Amino acid sequence: MLVSAIISGVFFGLFFTLVGLGLNLVFGVMRIVNLAHGDFLMLGAYAAVFLFALLGLHPLTSAAIMLAAGMVIGIPIYYLIVPRLARARDVEMLSLILFFGMSQMIEAIASIMFGNNERSLPARLLGVGPVQILSARMPRAWVYSAAVSAVCVVLVYLYLYRTRFGTITRAVMVSRDEALATGIDVDFVSAVAFGLGLALAGIAGVFAPFMLGSVTPNIGGTVIIAAFAVIVVGTLGNPLGTVIGGLIYGISLMLMQTYLSSWANLLPNLLLILVLLIRPEGLLGHRVRRA
Amino acid sequence: MPEPGGNRVARRRRSGALRIAGDLAIAAVVVIVMGVARGVYSNELLLFNFIMFFTLAQGLNVVYGFTGYLPFGYVGFYGAGAYGFALAVMHLHAGPALAMLCAVAAAILLGIILIPLLRLSGAYFAIASLAAAQATYEVVANPTLEDVTKGPYGVSLTQVFAPAASYYTGLAILAGTLLLVVFLRNGRFGLSLQAIREDSVSAEMAGISVVRGRIIASLASAVIAGLVGGAFAWHISVFYPDTAFDLGVSIFAVVFTLFGGITTLSGPLLGVLILYGIYNWIGITLPQYFQLIYGALIMVLVLFLPNGLTSLLTSRGIRVP
Repeated sequence: MLVSAIISGVFFGLFFTLVGLGLNLVFGVMRIVNLAHGDFLMLGAYAAVFLFALLGLHPLTSAAIMLAAGMVIGIPIYYLIVPRLARARDVEMLSLILFFGMSQMIEAIASIMFGNNERSLPARLLGVGPVQILSARMPRAWVYSAAVSAVCVVLVYLYLYRTRFGTITRAVMVSRDEALATGIDVDFVSAVAFGLGLALAGIAGVFAPFMLGSVTPNIGGTVIIAAFAVIVVGTLGNPLGTVIGGLIYGISLMLMQTYLSSWANLLPNLLLILVLLIRPEGLLGHRVRRA
Repeated sequence: MPEPGGNRVARRRRSGALRIAGDLAIAAVVVIVMGVARGVYSNELLLFNFIMFFTLAQGLNVVYGFTGYLPFGYVGFYGAGAYGFALAVMHLHAGPALAMLCAVAAAILLGIILIPLLRLSGAYFAIASLAAAQATYEVVANPTLEDVTKGPYGVSLTQVFAPAASYYTGLAILAGTLLLVVFLRNGRFGLSLQAIREDSVSAEMAGISVVRGRIIASLASAVIAGLVGGAFAWHISVFYPDTAFDLGVSIFAVVFTLFGGITTLSGPLLGVLILYGIYNWIGITLPQYFQLIYGALIMVLVLFLPNGLTSLLTSRGIRVP
């Protein structure tokens, strides 16, 4: 039972790595917590549901579409909001409140347009029957989402460490002001990172109906707490730390569900508070922020 | 021409006294109007909700306006107060007075447990506070605690139901909270809190105890929310954990306070009056549309009026009470 909880925790946790990855990228580049991340994930989930219902698209195709959609939606949003916001006095606090407002709007629009019924995708879309790995049995969809998550992590790594634009992005992560002084178009780099963050949220959203059972317009709130817990446990601003954060989250969630199932909902909240208090720089980090 | 020093001191003292009198007058008008309104207007629940949000907005003002800590999970203290009251009535068979004390005790207990969160800054504090409120909700609403808290099935306190007494208790809490804000705006302690908010290092060097100031302010706001939660439990007498820990309460308090303008006495009051007034005037048949309007309002506020309504005057050098 212990072994199977840990193994299924690894797969479940990799999904949460994917959920946190975009949030962490946006935080790393912009130093802004996108509280609407969970709601963009929800939009991705609905997009996948409708793309399947109307066009019969396979979730993996939908995931590829999300990549483009995230950029197309994210870059204009960035330019509409953030440069204006950056002139304010207390940017960090105000951006938090602003994205909170955006999250409320998205949630409201989604429940007006789609209704509050639970939506899901047929599980057979990602193959029939459970997968057996050692002693753990899990839905086939978990393996798919873990694989997609791994691919996304590798792609983000290659983008950040093996391309010229990625080097520039890391320069902005280290110091916005110095990057600006070097002649880097900080706004464009940030806009692309924001778009990528939304794209990753959308891709995670495609698998949300399988991983979370079903989706409603108001899953955003719970998702954002889990995602924030994951990236804080890893290390804020470090995309690779998100992998560790996701694994720790997934494994401890599965252990909780195996041994203390009625208290499992407490876990993301407690994990978040404890890590913030005990090791605010995350497991991998040196201090990147005052806390 | 330089005027004699004694004269200047006297004038400053007089203008200070005038300010305090102005602040107190506003507080008195609000309390008296809400007291009289109960006899005139029949929708008591609506009036009680106004009192609740007046108080909660000012309670949030105490912590966010004066210390800069934004507790997104402010509703946690409110819910703790409501359940402190409910547990005292259900298990100790307490009367309302003792139960209100238990409501305060519950809020203080939660506040003390959460003191370490004050080590975090800005967004981290806001999100950790949200997580703490969620965690409290998960504990209270947990079905395994059904014997203690009735879990998700809600509590019924009809044995202490007293609409008039609970209404006026709520009003008294509002009066106390307004007095606290007047004190903070005009006293040394409030000034030192604002100094901490602006620059904690300089404040520390000027001899202000930063940690003590922050703890007192955050516990004071917790007590206010706990009292409001207790009065809510008493007045409503049947409620569920979903209503006592409704995140909407936090959202409303934050939006009302921001809309009016933090650190002022009139700002949060205006915010509640205008926004909650509109909210009730249009009706609450379609909650999604309100969520949409509130979300849009928050975004517009942050982008175009980040310091609230009162900043329209203060930025022109006019003092707003």
